[in-house]
Amino acid sequence: MAVIDISNISIEFPTRRGVLTAVENLSLSIEAGEILGVVGESGAGKSLTGNAIVGLLEPPGHVTAGTILLNGRDITHLPESEMRKIRGAKIGVIFQDPLTSLDPLYTIGRQLTQTILTHKKMSHAEAKARAIELLNEVGIPAPEQRFDAFPHEFSGGMRQRVVIALALCCDPCLIIADEPTTALDVSVQAQIIDLLKNLSREKGVATMLVTHDMGVIAEAADRVAVIYSGRLAEIGDVRSVIDAPKHPYTRGLMDSIPQIGQNLKTLPNIIGAMPRLDARPEGCAFNPRCAKSKSICRQQTAPLIETGSDGQWAACWAYEGGNKYV
Amino acid sequence: MSEQNILEVQGLKMYFDVSPPFVTRLLNRMPKQVLKAVDGLSFSIERGKTFSLVGESGCGKSTVARAVAGLYTPTGGDIIIDGQNLATAKDRSKITDISRQMQMIFQSPYASLDPRWRVRDIIAEPIRAFKLAANKEDEWRQVEQLLVQVGLSASDGEKYPHEFSGGQRQRISIARALSSKPEFLICDEPTSALDVSVQAQILNLMTALQDELGLTYLFISHDLAVIDHMSDWIGVMYLGRVCEITPKSELFSNPRHPYTRLLLEAIPDLKGRSHRKPLKGEVPNPITPPSGCTFHPRCPYANERCKQEQPVLGEYGPSQVACHAVEEFRI
Repeated sequence: MAVIDISNISIEFPTRRGVLTAVENLSLSIEAGEILGVVGESGAGKSLTGNAIVGLLEPPGHVTAGTILLNGRDITHLPESEMRKIRGAKIGVIFQDPLTSLDPLYTIGRQLTQTILTHKKMSHAEAKARAIELLNEVGIPAPEQRFDAFPHEFSGGMRQRVVIALALCCDPCLIIADEPTTALDVSVQAQIIDLLKNLSREKGVATMLVTHDMGVIAEAADRVAVIYSGRLAEIGDVRSVIDAPKHPYTRGLMDSIPQIGQNLKTLPNIIGAMPRLDARPEGCAFNPRCAKSKSICRQQTAPLIETGSDGQWAACWAYEGGNKYV
Repeated sequence: MSEQNILEVQGLKMYFDVSPPFVTRLLNRMPKQVLKAVDGLSFSIERGKTFSLVGESGCGKSTVARAVAGLYTPTGGDIIIDGQNLATAKDRSKITDISRQMQMIFQSPYASLDPRWRVRDIIAEPIRAFKLAANKEDEWRQVEQLLVQVGLSASDGEKYPHEFSGGQRQRISIARALSSKPEFLICDEPTSALDVSVQAQILNLMTALQDELGLTYLFISHDLAVIDHMSDWIGVMYLGRVCEITPKSELFSNPRHPYTRLLLEAIPDLKGRSHRKPLKGEVPNPITPPSGCTFHPRCPYANERCKQEQPVLGEYGPSQVACHAVEEFRI
């Protein structure tokens, strides 16, 4: 059974000018020990999906359809009091900017022990021992001495390690990492990715890695989901999606990433930009930018269709006739 | 100064006083603290070429851009543009002349455009400032031309910045930068706030404009793949100093400085061919940089000399490298 199983969820924002559907009919699942990469442009709805799982959607946004199952339990519409017990205990969250996810007025030791004591029955001394063990695990040198340090005394990479330690406090079964390396330099980025990978392998944690950086996905993820304008465009094994993308959007996206030693005069690019939520075209949201769009593309949204035997699915009419995802 | 070079920077120093307030310092007997953001940097840019600066955050690359643009007055060193020294220039009229020829594109098109101005006014501001238009009609004609040149439509001038997406906004920034008919553009991370598919559009626009107008770029980025795509020459910076200046082909095929090598190894590989080796440690605090070669605590080739003596740039083939290990043929 998958740790997290999202099926056909939609997230809507009622506004004065009508309802905006930010995420539409999206389905994902992540197994234990697996890292699922979620990529998409800014505004595609990738972070919203993560926030919906932990019940942190900014009002007026809310889930209007579909279900989110955590270890088989429906957590889609749990009241806040129930959700607080799950968030932090079962689901750990890592946000982009480590400086804003830590409280600058408390030592990191206090933040860690507080989180542990909130969710676990432990004495203070036990919690402290656990916190030091966690700091050690995420690679903070001399954790006993660093325990009483404030967030500003750490560098960016070290701060992100503290945030990861916070997310791991109560042995969660799912980690949602929302752009965990975007605020970091390449050299530090590699360290954090390695850390996340090891954690999910060794502890069997399911990880949802939300990022816009294909390089990070290629390194860390087992499977990848590509989101375009709130809909799933393609999902599959990371190597097949990157080496042989099936959806025209994924293909355009992959081509437009500059690579070292490529020596191209001009980079291939997708013309235009992702449509705004209030101006999404009829049918496939990508059709105005797609070179191969047909008449059906302009009328109907394509379902996810299996494009090969290796579990790669693309929401594109070009594969009409293949197995459809229900 | 050779004829080919549009810009020469020699021994540029940019120090910032980051001391605590005077009274605090007096009470606690603390010394003054100086942050050496840029410490003795030299490079030159050939007309019509792209020179890039690459490095981790805090290494001083943006400070160099700002000093060259005249936004900071350097603590020391020379910035020579078209034979005139910007660092020591006292005469305002000379600076105005230089600043017309030199424009800057900033990282975030969300912060660099005034939200209360119409796009046509944003683009026309440099034209007005430098009195480049004979009359109003001429001014609008120039603005419309610029809009079309950067791939927007002439009627977009009536709109406000919030009506545009990130990529379109960056096009507006480029149009504004081009409006004073500069020869030299300073681009500080022009695409890092954009999505990859949009990044490709902006990079293509920049190369096309360079071909068309013969522009020279000082390009700053932390993304080595973007650098590889755009540059002719590359300077790798670490803690306020340049550790390697090299033609593009050499950097990626024959990196010499240990930091450059480690930086190249740290790039995520899309093809997933090789497992990258994470670089150990992080950039040290620039207020208290390590002694000798500032890279020595992270360097696998460091020895006693590296801990004590600061390396200087030496010539190796087409490249310039500042490293004792390279000098002693240890690597």
